[in-house]
Order: sequence, then structure tokens, then C-alpha cells
Amino acid sequence: MAKATAAIVGSGNIGTDLLFKLLRSDVVEPRWMVGIDPASPGLRRAAELGLSTTVDGVDWLLAQDPLPDLVFEATSAAVHRANAPRYAGAGIRAIDLTPAAVGPPVVPHVNLDAHLDAPNVNLITCGGQATIPMVYAVSRVTPVSYAEIVATVASKSAGPGTRANIDEFTRTTSRGLEVIGGAARGKAIIVLNPADPPMVMRDTIFCAIDPGADTGAVAASIAAMAADVARYVPGYRLLNEAQFDRHGPHTRVAIFVEIAGAGDFLPAYAGNLDIMTAAATRVGEELARSIGESHVAAPLL
Amino acid sequence: MLPRRFSDALDLRITDSSLRDGSHAKRHQFTTAEVAAVVGALDAAGVPVIEVTHGDGLGGSSFTYGFSRTPEQELISVAVETARNAKIAFLMLPGVGVKDDIVASAGNGATVCRIATHCTEADISAQHFGLARELGLETVGFLMMAHSISPEDLAKQARIMADAGCQCVYVVDSAGALVLDQVSDRVAALVAELGDDAQVGFHGHENLGLGVANSVLAARAGATQIDGSTRRFGAGAGNTPVEAFVGVCDKLGITTGVDFFAIVDAAEDVVRPAMPEECRLDRMALVMGYAGVYSSFLKHAYTLAERYGVSGAEILVEAGARRLVGGQEDQLIDIALTLSSRGRQE
Repeated sequence: MAKATAAIVGSGNIGTDLLFKLLRSDVVEPRWMVGIDPASPGLRRAAELGLSTTVDGVDWLLAQDPLPDLVFEATSAAVHRANAPRYAGAGIRAIDLTPAAVGPPVVPHVNLDAHLDAPNVNLITCGGQATIPMVYAVSRVTPVSYAEIVATVASKSAGPGTRANIDEFTRTTSRGLEVIGGAARGKAIIVLNPADPPMVMRDTIFCAIDPGADTGAVAASIAAMAADVARYVPGYRLLNEAQFDRHGPHTRVAIFVEIAGAGDFLPAYAGNLDIMTAAATRVGEELARSIGESHVAAPLL
Repeated sequence: MLPRRFSDALDLRITDSSLRDGSHAKRHQFTTAEVAAVVGALDAAGVPVIEVTHGDGLGGSSFTYGFSRTPEQELISVAVETARNAKIAFLMLPGVGVKDDIVASAGNGATVCRIATHCTEADISAQHFGLARELGLETVGFLMMAHSISPEDLAKQARIMADAGCQCVYVVDSAGALVLDQVSDRVAALVAELGDDAQVGFHGHENLGLGVANSVLAARAGATQIDGSTRRFGAGAGNTPVEAFVGVCDKLGITTGVDFFAIVDAAEDVVRPAMPEECRLDRMALVMGYAGVYSSFLKHAYTLAERYGVSGAEILVEAGARRLVGGQEDQLIDIALTLSSRGRQE
């Protein structure tokens, strides 16, 4: 199968880290990078790695022949909202790493299969990618009436966009816990920690379940999901064992995870950024496979 | 006598936090009757601002910090209905609460919006200060764990809050770790940076027994808003006791507008009965002040020490070693588990 071709829009730290991951892919070939700053080190690095680069924005990208199969948006929500209809109009599948939420929110291994035909998919937030699989791991075994997560990230890894609109993180992640994780109600908390050397990203996931639930099955489901996530985010691991405590009329499940970055371009403590680029890569690969299959299935003319 | 005064009428304005910081000591179990009684007594004693919220601010009711017995907006509404002169304040931490919570609190009649961040992360509060000012709320900024950075760095963070619309930036000694001149130096740095752009305040804890003394030094360095909790009702060893601070201010000729005998009676007759126990300067509290640990971790450390059969003081020391900041209560569970498994291996 020929590789699906891809463009990365946004030449900052995220775009660059994503590029390094895509260069290792067997099914996606990054061919273009779009930036806005001629002095961008990300664009220069991409050019050195053999990509076509531009500072002329999406106009330039949409004038390429052939067009890319996939575009990864690593800019900002506002930019993606403006670009999304243009990608769709050109028939390019978009994988959105911004909080724009134009397309359905997806988490690999949880709900991506349901959205392989979507013209645009959204990766929610780093906290969502790290915690929604765990809520889902519980809710596929027993109903979750309430899920709550605390994401702690190193201050150095929280960019100006996150800082200026931290409410967007909590709202978007909370919704993801419900819609994708399967919790009846979700709550997300984010804490920035300035410790130096920077701390590796950590997430705690709490789920309220029925006291009669099979805790052994829940624990096994959590372990299996952690292994599945670790296949595309190698630094994802459970800390300690899941804890089950009686809490009022419920049992509270507490799950602790740590996400070390792969260190492709971003530092290892920035697991919050790594899980976004790793998830984007996995989503891109799944979309590439589905595009390949649909080509095979198409009638020969 | 003081370098700056709060207003023509008051040298200092006191904010009582027993119904917010005290929420930690109460494990967030306030009833509307308790809030009405405390607000009534403090208001009658002349306390000008009374803060009412979950200990961890709006939206704090959670597994991580403890669920509220009564929804905080109900408590705020009761406080607003009860107070005749006092303004009702609320606290919010960006990342825990959201803008809708501020809108709801303003809708229920609270008029002072206090927004808290860790002392190096002031820029996450900008959107919330903007909203609060649009809503016509008075704004206060909390730079928490202020012991952990230098006066110069703290002043830079205060500037970020002031530029975002904050009208008074507080040096917040969340760990009760600041000692005398360390308070003066930080307050003075903020006063020098902010000039007439914003006031400066001080929020103390009693973990090294210095709440009142530190607050006097803060005022002498230019702070015009001072926090306390009547009967010390707050996290850790509690906050600066308002009644003692008022007495000291009387002796020093500093006008606070609070009646000493009325607040002493309120402390004994109304606030104490609402407290599950006195806030004590005991081993755990001292460890927090000494090691610079966030005061709200105290009750969580007690609970986890019992659950996992480990030392509460060790949990707190490890929290200090891991440089945990306010809001990371979830990590205390991980610490307790780790201590517990280490204990089993030995």
C-alpha cells in the first residue's frame, strides 16, 4: 500500500515533534509543512529533513498538486476554525490538535473506529487523551456515574494558548469524560507545577461505581487499556495499583498514571504534549489505512 | 503611622476567611445554619469582608478535595442574605473552577472575586479577572505558596495580575512558612512594583505561630488588606486569628473597624461551635510550616495515614520533597501508597 501523504500546519514545538514521529511511520509520509514565520526553526528543520515548506499559509498548500491526503493542524483553535472548511472543500482529511473541536472528538483505541469516515477529527486535550481511556476502561465493565480527573503538567510545558484559556481545557476534557469515556458526569481539574527540574506529567482518574461491581474485572480492564495506550504512547504507565475505596453510596476507583514523553523533539517531562503528537500519529495511521482500504474497495474504472 | 491606608475610614481592611479556609478544617461540611450564624456574628462585629466558598474555591467539591455537604452557591446566597454591612467574597482557582462559577456567584450577590494561582502561574488568571471586572466585581489576586520564590519574582507575577484587572494582590503564605522579614520583603516588593495600580494584601497561616506578627509586618510594609480567620478556623494550624489581630491593631492605633469585644465573643460563642475541633499548632502543622507544605494537605494526610497505616508527617515531608503545589491533593494518595509498599518491603 502506498503511504498516505500528509501536511503539518504549524511549525512550532508540537508540529516539529509530530514531524519526527510521522517520519517513522510506515503508512503516513509527511511531505509539507506550513508556517507563518520565515525565521521559524521548525520550518528550517523540516526543510532540512526534505519537506516542502512555506510561510504562505494554507493558500499555498491548497495549490499543491497532488494535494495531501491528510492535514495535521498544530496551530490554534481560531486558525483551525478558519482552515477547516477549506480542507474539507479540497477533500483533505483533517486531524486537529487544537481545541477548535470542529470535528468529532476521538481517542485511539476508544472511539476512533466510529469516526474513520469523518472529514475532520479532534484530539480534545492532553488531559483527555491521558484519562478518557481509563474512564472508558472502567465504564466498559460497569456503569460510571461520575468521573473526575486531575492533570498535573510541568509549568514549562504549558504554552501561552493553554494559559490564556485554561477554562477551555477543563470544559473540553470534562465533556470528553462523559461523551467518550462513558461517565454520566465528568469533571476535570488541571494543575501547573513549576518544580525544577520539571516534573513528568501525571494524571489521577477517579470513577464512582456501584459497590457491587466486579473490582477484579475493573482492574484487569484498566491494565489492558494501559497496555493498549502504551503501544502508541510508550511513556504511558500506571503508577501503583488501582485503589478501590467505599465512598458514600459508591465505590471510588482511583487510578494513577504517568506520561513521560518520547523525547522526539520535546523534552521527556512534556508527556502532555507527547501524548497529543503520539495520538495524532496513531489517528493519522488509522485514517491512512482506512483510506487505503477504501481505494482497494473502489471499483476499477 | 502605616505607609499606606486602605481608605479614609480604615487603615486596614480585614477579610475573614473562616467560611472558606475553615472549610478545609471542616472537611467542607458547612451547613446553611452555620454559615448564617457565623456571617451574622462577624457582620455585627464590623468585619468588612467575609469569604464563603469550598476551601479549594468554586467548583472545589470533588473526590480530590472533598465533596461539599451543601452546594457552595447555597452557602453564598445565605451569606449574602444574612450580611447587613459586610461584603461577601468568594475564591476561585483557575483550573479547578470555571468562569460560569464566577457568574453564578455574582448572580447570588457576592461582590468580591478572589482569584488564586500558584505564585509562578499568575497568567492563567487573566481571563477570570477580565470577566470579574466586566461583571463589576471587586477583584483580589492570590499568589499562593509565596514563600517559594523571591520577592522580585513575586512582584513580577503581581504585575501580571494587576495588568489583568486585579485591584489588590495578596502575598499568600499558604504553607505558613514565611518568617517576619520574609513577609515585609515580599509585601514591599509588591508595593514598589504596583504603586497606585493595585493594593497589596497578606494572607497568613499559623504553622509557625506567626500569623499576627507577620500581618503587622505586612501592614508596616504597605499592605492594606489583611486576611484572618476568627478562632484561626482555617487549614493547617489555621489562619491569623482575627480577634487577636484586631486587639493588636487596637493597641498599635491601627483602625480596622472591627469591635474587639464583639469579635472575641463571636469567636467563642458562634465560630467555635461551628468548628469540628480547635486548629492546633501540633506536629503535623509544624512540619508543614517548617517544610513549606500547602496547609490544606493536613486533613488529607490524616485520612491517608489511617487508610494506609503510614506516618502522616512522612506524607507531608514527601509532599514537600516532591514540590507539590496547591491542588495536587491527588498525589498525596500516590505518596501514601508508595510509603506503604516501601514499608511492606522492609
